[in-house]
Amino acid sequence: MKSEITIKMGRCKGCGICVAFCPKQVLALDELGKVQVANGDACIACGQCELRCPDYAIFVDKGAEA
Amino acid sequence: MERSYEKYFRQNRLPHLWCPGCGNGIAMKAIVQAIEKKGLSQDNTVIVSGIGCSSRASGYMDFDTLHTAHGRAIPFATGIKLANPDLNVVVITGDGDCTAIGGNHFIHGCRRNIDLTVVLFNNNIYGMTGGQASPMTPLGKKATTAPYGSVDRPFDACHLAEAAGATYVARSTAFHEKHLVDMIADGFDNKGFSFIEALVQCPTAYGRKNKMGSPANMMMWMRDNAVMKAAWDKLPEEKKTGEKFPIGCFYKAEAMDYDTAYDQVIERAGGAAK
Amino acid sequence: MSKARLMQGNEACAEGAIAAGVRFFAGYPITPSTEVAETMAKLLPKVGGKFVQMEDEIASMGAILGASLAGQKAMDATSGPGFSLKQELIGYAACAEIPCVLVNVQRVGPSTGQPTAPSQGDVMQTRWGTHGDHPVIALSPWSVRETYDATVMAVNYAERFRTPVVLLMDEVVGHLREKVELPEASELELYPRRAPKKTRAEGYQPFAPDEDLVPNVADFGTGYRIHVTGLIHDDTGFPVGSPEVTEKSIQRLHEKIARVGEEIIHTEEYFMDDAEYAVVSFGGTARTAYEAVQNARKKGQKVGLLRLMTIWPFADKAIERLAAKVKGIMVAELNYGQVVHEVRRAANGQCKVELCGKYNMKAFEPAEIEAGIDALCGEA
Repeated sequence: MKSEITIKMGRCKGCGICVAFCPKQVLALDELGKVQVANGDACIACGQCELRCPDYAIFVDKGAEA
Repeated sequence: MERSYEKYFRQNRLPHLWCPGCGNGIAMKAIVQAIEKKGLSQDNTVIVSGIGCSSRASGYMDFDTLHTAHGRAIPFATGIKLANPDLNVVVITGDGDCTAIGGNHFIHGCRRNIDLTVVLFNNNIYGMTGGQASPMTPLGKKATTAPYGSVDRPFDACHLAEAAGATYVARSTAFHEKHLVDMIADGFDNKGFSFIEALVQCPTAYGRKNKMGSPANMMMWMRDNAVMKAAWDKLPEEKKTGEKFPIGCFYKAEAMDYDTAYDQVIERAGGAAK
Repeated sequence: MSKARLMQGNEACAEGAIAAGVRFFAGYPITPSTEVAETMAKLLPKVGGKFVQMEDEIASMGAILGASLAGQKAMDATSGPGFSLKQELIGYAACAEIPCVLVNVQRVGPSTGQPTAPSQGDVMQTRWGTHGDHPVIALSPWSVRETYDATVMAVNYAERFRTPVVLLMDEVVGHLREKVELPEASELELYPRRAPKKTRAEGYQPFAPDEDLVPNVADFGTGYRIHVTGLIHDDTGFPVGSPEVTEKSIQRLHEKIARVGEEIIHTEEYFMDDAEYAVVSFGGTARTAYEAVQNARKKGQKVGLLRLMTIWPFADKAIERLAAKVKGIMVAELNYGQVVHEVRRAANGQCKVELCGKYNMKAFEPAEIEAGIDALCGEA
């Protein structure tokens, strides 16, 4: 695990900004239209999702092993 | 994982009321990050807002906060600053709030050079009332009150602020989040009227009507069309075309702020020193 | 300050405000109130206060509300056209419970009307000018010295009830020059700015009413981090869309003033002991009415004068008592008829209520009111 992705589901409105800006297709919207981690291993902890989230719903930290 | 800026939000008020993908949340975060960067005290900073989507920001921010009437944030803020000059006074306003109903207050705040930091969330539309044209809706763009495209020439609020006497004028966008934080933080450093226009996407009322795609697409539009001032200045006129626009700090000037000037009035009148 | 000075009503208003602790004034030039602003511009910096001439009437109202929230006692002065513009933020002050004093030196309207000509045509605008249900306190002095006292009282009421208070002057009193002796500042009783009785940790709520139904809202910059809005809000200060909170909130705004009843309703009676008829008047017109009633007494007419100093809340009880006692009441007011409607309502059919109105740019002559008294007493 290169990175830790934390999602505050109560804040996510499913706008898709994080999904669109993720350079590694780590994120996707689930059946209910909220963000989910679809491919966590691909995350490079670039922080684009967190930077652009208008709802402060997603946070990414470099993992312990990284 | 808890971010240090979270302490500047009233956690029990979140999530905010803005639509999915609205850029206001990004601009609000940029303000608290700038506050953190400059180490402004939470107990000594007042957030003043007008009416509209942007102006709901004050309710989420953990400071003394004042949600005023439509267009009137700058006069209230002027009174606060003069009554207690030790307070840092930040104004959050929108394009309609600041340049239409509050236009006169805006230019006179600039003229007085009262020590406020005014952040205008420019979404190019009246969002709260459902998408009517504002004085900052670009020519040709559609709104519910401009169904055939707007023919009202828009304001460039940065030009307006500079011409009216503001001593710090800058623009950034929701896409350029870190740059936006810097522009606001530099505004805090200026003792005088600081104006920062933050271009934010309104996917619901503006983007949809003008076929601008998803919220992410609207941010990509900002990425593709915003040009940093240094590059913009070197751009030949014929290349400043289409929807390209400059961002960065446009203007800085040294001038006495209103409160300092009024202290001289008190001195001349023989009044009590502070 | 204790020696006699010649001054006009508008100057006395400014002196009273400063004595009452007003340290912030924002205004916009408008006749016939301008001398209030000019005097404040001169006097405030001498006491370390601040005067700012704003870009318009709305802005000056906004500035005093901001200053008040930041802890300063604040005042603004205007005349009819400006009073119309300020209505928006008078409502804001009522809803958000921000202490402030607004002076309206009335002139002839509607619209730009007859600048500088005297009138008392803003009585109902004072009561109902801003939208929505809201209480108001309005005081109308009849002399230069009383203008000073009424201004101090207005500042005190604004602070005590956390509500906008209107000093409803008219051009006659505003520009009247009289020799007055003002009290020493130490003789005045001033109502201090209300302060929180709990800490944040103890669960302080800025809009939770105290025993007198008025909230102890913290000043900005005192560490309470409160939220103030013109939306209907609960005790926390945050807006809520609840029918119950809305109803309770509007009730409390009214009751915090209504509950003190007669205490803030100031009236004066002259020649009323054996009176069979009465003139009701206020402000500058009451001066002429006083002379007219004196003249009528010389003619043997049993007529007295009831002068209203508090215009709002209305002196219902005083009028009710008066109507039970006399055969007829005549309201002398410099307008087409405003207070007369309130007097009729309060008299509740106990006696006839007539209007002696005037709206031609001229203040009353005693003879005009005397003619009204003749008609009232059935001697016309």
